[in-house]
Amino acid sequence: MDVIIQDIGFIIGTTLMYSTPLIFTSLGGVITERSGVVNIGLEGMMYFGAFAGAAAAYFFQDPWLGLLCAALGGAFWGLIHAIACVSFAAEQIVSGIAINFLGAGSALFISRILFDGATQTLTVVDKIPQPLNFLFGEGKLFPSSGFMDLVFNRFATVYIAFAMVFIVWFVLYKTKTGMRVRAVGENPEAANTLGISVVKIRYGAVIMSGFFAGLGGAAMSIAVVSRFSNTLISGHGFIALAAMIFGKWKPQGALVACLLFGAAKGFEIYLGAKGVPVASDVLAMLPYVITIVVLVGIVGKTVPPAAIGKIFEKGGH
Amino acid sequence: MKNKIVVWVSVAIAIMICSAGTVQAKKIKVSMVTDVGGVNDQSFNQSAWEGLKRAEKELGAKVTYKESKQDADYAPNLETLTDAGYDLIWGIGFLMGDAVKSTAQVNPDQKYAIIDFFYGPETPKNVACAVFQEEQPSFLVGYIAGKMTKTNKVGFVGGIKFPLIEKFEYGFMAGVKLANPDAEVLRQYAESFTDAAKGKAIANNMYQQGADIVFHASGGVGDGVIEAAKEKGQWAIGVDKDQNYLAPDNVLTSAMKRVDNAIFGMVEQLSKGSFEGGKAVVYNLSNEGVGIAPTSSKHVPKAILDEVDGLIGKIKAKEIVVPATLDEYNAFMKM
Repeated sequence: MDVIIQDIGFIIGTTLMYSTPLIFTSLGGVITERSGVVNIGLEGMMYFGAFAGAAAAYFFQDPWLGLLCAALGGAFWGLIHAIACVSFAAEQIVSGIAINFLGAGSALFISRILFDGATQTLTVVDKIPQPLNFLFGEGKLFPSSGFMDLVFNRFATVYIAFAMVFIVWFVLYKTKTGMRVRAVGENPEAANTLGISVVKIRYGAVIMSGFFAGLGGAAMSIAVVSRFSNTLISGHGFIALAAMIFGKWKPQGALVACLLFGAAKGFEIYLGAKGVPVASDVLAMLPYVITIVVLVGIVGKTVPPAAIGKIFEKGGH
Repeated sequence: MKNKIVVWVSVAIAIMICSAGTVQAKKIKVSMVTDVGGVNDQSFNQSAWEGLKRAEKELGAKVTYKESKQDADYAPNLETLTDAGYDLIWGIGFLMGDAVKSTAQVNPDQKYAIIDFFYGPETPKNVACAVFQEEQPSFLVGYIAGKMTKTNKVGFVGGIKFPLIEKFEYGFMAGVKLANPDAEVLRQYAESFTDAAKGKAIANNMYQQGADIVFHASGGVGDGVIEAAKEKGQWAIGVDKDQNYLAPDNVLTSAMKRVDNAIFGMVEQLSKGSFEGGKAVVYNLSNEGVGIAPTSSKHVPKAILDEVDGLIGKIKAKEIVVPATLDEYNAFMKM
C-alpha cells in the first residue's frame, strides 16, 4: 500500500514538474490569442527566456532576478512580434516563425559572447527555491520521499504558475481590461467604434504573452534543471500552444490540458520504470496519444476568438 | 635613397624567409566541419577541435574548422573545404554520415574522416571512420558504481534505444556485476536526447527506489539526471566528457570518449603518410580513445581506482572482452 501511495506521489510530482513551464507559456498564448493575435513564436520566446533566466541567475546569483530577466527577455520578443503584427500588419504566422528562429538564434549568439563561446550557460548555484522544503525530512513534519514530499515539496515556480492561472482568469473575465482584450479579439471594429484602442490592447497582450513564455523558459532552466543548454527547450512552446487550443483559449482550460500532458508523461515514466513489456519508443508516444484521445473525446469542438489572425487597420475595411 | 635600399633589402630578406619556410615545412592542412552544436559545445565538437589544436601544436599542422548552423549546411561546408585544398577533412558526429559519404563519392581524390559513423562494406576508399568502443569506459564506471553502491542498487538512463547506446548499457551492467554480483541495475530509456525533465523524473524515481548511483548515456537528458542527483544528494555518472563541473559534489566519475585523441591520432598517421581509408578505425582503451574522467580521484577511493587500472590492463590484454550487446552480455555473465 505504501508503495502504491508513493508511486502515485511520484506521478503527481512529475506531472507538476512537467506542466509548470507549459502552464506559463500557454497562459501567454491565451492572452495574446484572446486579443486576436496568433503567436506561434512562443517556442522562440521560451527559448530566449530560458537562456536569459539562467544567464541572469548565474551572473547576479539571484534566481528571482533571473526569473525577472527571463520574463523581460520574452517580453522583448513579444514587443517585436507586436510591432510586426499590430503596427505593420504583417502576417502573424510568418512573424511567429521568424521569432522562433530569432529567439533561439539570439540566445545562442549572446551565450557565445557571455560564456566563452559556449552555447550553454554554466551551472546556476542559486536556483529557484523550494519554499516548503523545511517541512520535509528526518524529524520534520513529513518524512522525505513520502507522498507529501513528492507532491508538495515543489519549486516556487510551480505555485506561481497556479497563482498566475487564477490571476489571468480574473483579469480576463472580471476586469474591464480583460473584457476589452476579449472584445478586441472578437470584434475589433466594434471595439474601436466604442473607443477602445485596439492597437494598445493588442500591444499589451502580445508583450504579456512573451512575458509569460519567458517565465516558462526560466521555469525549465532555473527550476527543473540549473543551467541553459542549446537543447533544453525543444518543442515545449509548441506543446503549450496546443494545450492552449485544447483548453479552448481559456486559462483554466490551458491549465487542465498542460496538467493532463504532464500526467501522461509521469504515467509513461512510471510504466517504463515498472518494466512493462512494451518497447520504450512505443511507450514514449503514450503522452501524446493520451492527450489527443482525452481532449478530442472530452473537449470536442473548440472555437477560437472570431478575429484571430485577422489584421486590423484603423479606418480600414 | 638610403630608405629605398633598406626597403629592397628587407623585401629580399622577407622573400628568402618565406621561401625557406615553404621548402622546409610540408605542413599538412586539416579541417573539420562541426555539427549543429558548434565548436564550443562542451562536448564532441569541442573535443574534436582540441584534437586538431593539439595536432597544430605538436605536428605543426595547419588546422581550421567550419561550423554548421543547421543540418542543411553539412554538405555545402564539406564542399567549401574540399575546394580549399585540405589534406584531410573531418565530419564530426553521426549526423553528418550521409553528407560525408556523398561528398566523398564526388571527390574521390580528397581524404575525409568521420567520427561515430561506419558505412560497413560501402565505405568509400577515401573515407576513414573513427568509431569507439563505448562499452569499455562504461564497464569501468560500472565497476566503480558496483564497488561504491551502499544500497546494492544502481541505475542506467539511456537516451534513445539503439545499438550505440546499448553499448553503454551492457558495458555498464557487466562492470557493475563484476564488481558486485548482488547489485541490481535499474534501466530506463528516455527515448530522447533533449528532454531534461524526463531525465530528472526517471532518475528521481530510481533514487526513490533505492538506487544511489545513476549512470546516464543520454545527451541533454543527462542534465536532468545530474540535477536529480544534486537535489537528492546522490551520485550520478557522466558521459562522453568529464561532467564533474556540472555538479562537483555529485558527479562521481564519467565514461569518456576521447574524440580529441582519435582525431590527433589519425592526423599524426596522415603526417607520416598513412591513411586508413575505406574502413573503421576503432578507438578503445589501448589507443586512449576512451577512458574514465580525470576527476574520478576526487570521490572514488584510491583502492578502487587501482582495481580499475588493473581492469584496464586486462582489457588491453584482451583477458576481459567487454560485452557491447545483450547476447555478449549474457555470454559474459555465464563465464
